[in-house]
Amino acid sequence: MSDLPLPSSGLTLADLHGDPRRVRTERIVKAVLTAATAVSILISAGIIWSLARETFTFVTEVEWSTVLFAKGWFPRQGVYDIRTIFVGSLWVTVIAMAVAVPVGLGSAIYLSEYARPRVRRILKPTLEVLAGIPSVVLGFFALSVISPSIVQRFTNAGLFNLTAAGIGVGILSIPLVASVSEDALRSVPQALREASYGMGAKKITTVTKVVVPAAVSGLVAAFILAVSRAIGETMVVFIAGGAAGNQGFEGNPLEPGLTMTAAMATQAQGTDQVVGEALTFQSLYFVGALLFAVTLVLNLVADRFVRKVRQAY
Amino acid sequence: MALPSTIGSGGQLARRTVRDQLTGGRSDAAGRIFRVLLLLSLGVSLAVLAILFYDVVSTGSTVLSTRAESFLSGGLRQTAARAGIFQAIRGTFWIGVFVVVFAFPIGVASAVYLEEYATKGRLARIIDVNIRNLAGVPSIVYGILGLTIFVQQLKGVTGGRSLMAAGITLAILVLPIVIITSAEAVRAVPNSLREAGYGVGATRSEVVRTQVLPYALPGIITGTVLALARAIGEAAPLYLCGAITGLLPGKEGLLDPSQLKEKFTALPVVIAEWSRRPQDGFAEIAAAAIIVMLIIVLAMNSVAIALRTRYEKKRN
Repeated sequence: MSDLPLPSSGLTLADLHGDPRRVRTERIVKAVLTAATAVSILISAGIIWSLARETFTFVTEVEWSTVLFAKGWFPRQGVYDIRTIFVGSLWVTVIAMAVAVPVGLGSAIYLSEYARPRVRRILKPTLEVLAGIPSVVLGFFALSVISPSIVQRFTNAGLFNLTAAGIGVGILSIPLVASVSEDALRSVPQALREASYGMGAKKITTVTKVVVPAAVSGLVAAFILAVSRAIGETMVVFIAGGAAGNQGFEGNPLEPGLTMTAAMATQAQGTDQVVGEALTFQSLYFVGALLFAVTLVLNLVADRFVRKVRQAY
Repeated sequence: MALPSTIGSGGQLARRTVRDQLTGGRSDAAGRIFRVLLLLSLGVSLAVLAILFYDVVSTGSTVLSTRAESFLSGGLRQTAARAGIFQAIRGTFWIGVFVVVFAFPIGVASAVYLEEYATKGRLARIIDVNIRNLAGVPSIVYGILGLTIFVQQLKGVTGGRSLMAAGITLAILVLPIVIITSAEAVRAVPNSLREAGYGVGATRSEVVRTQVLPYALPGIITGTVLALARAIGEAAPLYLCGAITGLLPGKEGLLDPSQLKEKFTALPVVIAEWSRRPQDGFAEIAAAAIIVMLIIVLAMNSVAIALRTRYEKKRN
């Protein structure tokens, strides 16, 4: 005790302060990390700035009758009928959801409620592999298998059509729906299931009447995220959708068509500069801004639903 | 004394009797059908994968078995029989380099800041929401960002429509994924490790360097590898950053950095272009290029998944 050099007096605040070199290192490290975090804010600002300038030019200078009342999406000729690509996106999204929601939700319920851990360990990677398949590969698949063997078998559609593209986008969205839904289902407390069994309910009753309703906000989030994903998906539609801009408002999913994303890719592809009419280049930004706004709103809404699940349990 | 054997032989019967008592003797047909339907929906994914792999391999394997060398070393051509994917592999390789060089350090640094330094408050929440929204922005919108900033505004640095512009754009595209997965890995580090560090007088950055990062490393690497796989398969933004699908001059080697300011192509772009061509032979070379890309992407994904499973097991 006595040989501890305790300064009985003269201990100042400065003595408690760390070694100045370490303090300085600490400050530098913190500054570097803060700067790295600021990058993501800069990216958001960059996206909005990139979109805003040319979109503003387009919105202020375009002849609005060519946007709202003309027929077809031919930006190189100055015809920007927004309905054509909007309806195209709508069809692809509806078809994609018709595939992804039942399959993804069914997979999630099985994995969360029925599968034994060992079965789960074998089946779950299937979805992870599917999630890792790049979208260009699904585009090739839509064109080489889905369109000839499914769509053309039951209809008289041509090889390039929006239905095959929509099914392809749906397959891409299955893992997303499945993983978000499974998280929601697994976060339902075990006590609810036990209470249900305790009342004598069968497994199917417990699952459909107790677990699924309890997880509903997470399932809604899964649905919205999948819609957002489907709207933003480019390559499948670009490859298998046929890139035809002449559909207009009455869009037929068995015909070739364009979505907002595929319209942008088509416009950017092949040419050195995006040229044509005076506002052709700006129309690219206009569509991009629309796309950004739609997906942003969807993602924010989905985020709110996910939060709700976390708060409830 | 015959008690155990009685239970043994009668166990089956006893269980059935109890079950009949509880269910009133009815078999749960609806429940069984429901279960089969659920299993079928999982089967859809499995079937799609099986058909997809079969289709790609059966369409593309001839190219790889008859002229693998000229296909892997050749350049873009207008005729399917002579076209190759060397330039595409080169472009994809450099995009991967850009992702590792930019997205990995910035992503990990920002994950560490968010989890270890940031005080939980309004600002942290805004940054968090911002990052998750960035992860949901459609890839082609990142193409617009790349076109405006890296192709047009920073033309002097990147050379305009170039491999560098595309590489940086894709690094930005996957940055949110790196941040989110790394932040999860950092969050999973037990607090006792940090407290032990502080207890012996370490500063925050020392705790991060000696305790947090080593423990979180497998998770961080998993996230980075997944992000890399995502970037390698991404095509849409490349169109806006100047990817070439026709003829691409230039015969630089794989590692020659002089190509960074030049026009480029990449595997997914080549695949998209060849898939859409109706002429004979293009579906085959598209499928062959898909085989090459899938081998790269799926190998990365399996490494990431295996790594994660291994460390999850070790810790539990």
